[in-house]
Amino acid sequence: MRRVFRRSDNLGRAQRSIIEPVKVMTKPLATIVSAGVSKFGARSGMYARELFVEAAQEAFERCPNLSPKKHIDGLFVGQMSESYEHQAHVAPMIADWVGLLPVPAFRTEAACASSGIAMRCAIFAIKSGMHDIVLVGGVEKMTNRPTSAATEYLGMASDFPFEQWHGVTFPGIFAMMATAHMAKYGTTEEQLAKVAVKNHENGVLNPKAHLQRKITVGDVLASRPVAWPLKLYDCSLISDGASCLVLTNPKLAKKFTDTPVHIVGSGHAQDTLGLFERDDITSMNATKLAAKDAYEMGKINAKDIDVAEVHDCFTIAEIMAYEALGFCKQGAGGKLIDDGVTNLGGKIPVNTSGGLKAKGHPVGATGTAQASEIYLQLTGQAGKRQVEGAEIGLTQNIGGSASTAVVQLYRRGD
Amino acid sequence: MPLTPPPTIESFYRFCAEKKLMGVICAKCKKVTVPPRVICSHCGNTDLSWTELPSRGRLVTYTVIHVAPPQFEAFAPYAIGVVEFAEGARLPGMVKNVKFENLKIGMELQTEFETRIPNEWPQWPRYSFREP
Repeated sequence: MRRVFRRSDNLGRAQRSIIEPVKVMTKPLATIVSAGVSKFGARSGMYARELFVEAAQEAFERCPNLSPKKHIDGLFVGQMSESYEHQAHVAPMIADWVGLLPVPAFRTEAACASSGIAMRCAIFAIKSGMHDIVLVGGVEKMTNRPTSAATEYLGMASDFPFEQWHGVTFPGIFAMMATAHMAKYGTTEEQLAKVAVKNHENGVLNPKAHLQRKITVGDVLASRPVAWPLKLYDCSLISDGASCLVLTNPKLAKKFTDTPVHIVGSGHAQDTLGLFERDDITSMNATKLAAKDAYEMGKINAKDIDVAEVHDCFTIAEIMAYEALGFCKQGAGGKLIDDGVTNLGGKIPVNTSGGLKAKGHPVGATGTAQASEIYLQLTGQAGKRQVEGAEIGLTQNIGGSASTAVVQLYRRGD
Repeated sequence: MPLTPPPTIESFYRFCAEKKLMGVICAKCKKVTVPPRVICSHCGNTDLSWTELPSRGRLVTYTVIHVAPPQFEAFAPYAIGVVEFAEGARLPGMVKNVKFENLKIGMELQTEFETRIPNEWPQWPRYSFREP
């Protein structure tokens, strides 16, 4: 049972330990009243700020009672790298372009979990009462550079003196997780391929997805090797895109929408920056810890989840996410995909958006894009990929070699 | 007592130039931490001393990199592995002169050192692994 202390207990840590703790109720941490996602893909001629505006406009249009300039009092933007556009200090830039100056604006960075932690910050802002309504999102512009440059910038999220310096690439890091997982649990390349096939099938149903094209297990297995055992079709896409949410407290949410989505659990944990420093390379410990916190906070079990978006930057990452999130036992992720449990129409549909694999992975945008998909699912706006009657959703967003993990739980409001 | 040389990444690579892989061992939990640092990564203790890793270790996991960063393109495809040394300390590096199909988790590997030191930062001579 997760316990906290009363906020009024303005005491030092030593004194707090003798105060009687109180149970946390499943009162929402914060409430999503709208969401928006730009088209993901190779968005030639569109820069990060312009992509973010595209996402924000969709969120604003979806929430007619919201006057952005009047109501929004804070902005949180996740973005990984300054390198693509040679542009640092993006928070004021985004605030300006979405017409929110002079609201306080924050840029957060945690590699591919940059907007996952932006959401955490936005939740803190709302939950503390210091902000009433915030815009939280993420953006990455990646396709203006050659693939080799994008790969290099992404690789910066691994350990420089010991991984990058010795020729370890990002696909290489996840490939080493896959090799170890295959050796320990008998996971196969075919099972990894099935993750890609499933997510491409879902991507066909998402008009915002970077790729809308079905692929077969044979296509994946025959695609060129990137870092054995991972092949090109085991890897997510280098994309441009932005996503955002309008977040407020549950009380104010009623003024803006009849279909709120409450964030009822949130967990965030870290692991070593370098993969090599971990005792167990076959499991995602930070995700396990983040999920434990989120489940306890929301009083929700893995079996209660109706729909989930997990961080399939590489196919092995989705298999390991199933295990870390408790969708199956440790080592049984391959069987879960074999059994179709995570297909659209299965017991826990995972990555209905197409995931990072088919929807695309503009890294800074991914965390809030996952949340946007859950928002659409829980409000019945997911179109052809709608999971009927979905009430409880989960997102898992990781950064680097899963060194950062953010897990959020969502409940449909009534 | 502060360690001499200081337990830094720079010191680690200076030792590599002397053909040594050096970590720090914790007086409290007896575990070895590499890369070397001031605070034990296992228990948080700060009473650490230098220790040399054995020259041989075992392969924990591996991959074969086909799509390489620009500075490694000339080597591709090449094998990368994580090697565990006796004390539990692990390091990643290139596995050289082993046929890819012969790579196997648990196989014994030996450290070898490059003698060339780059002219500009980072002046870190690389280590790598091969079959004994």
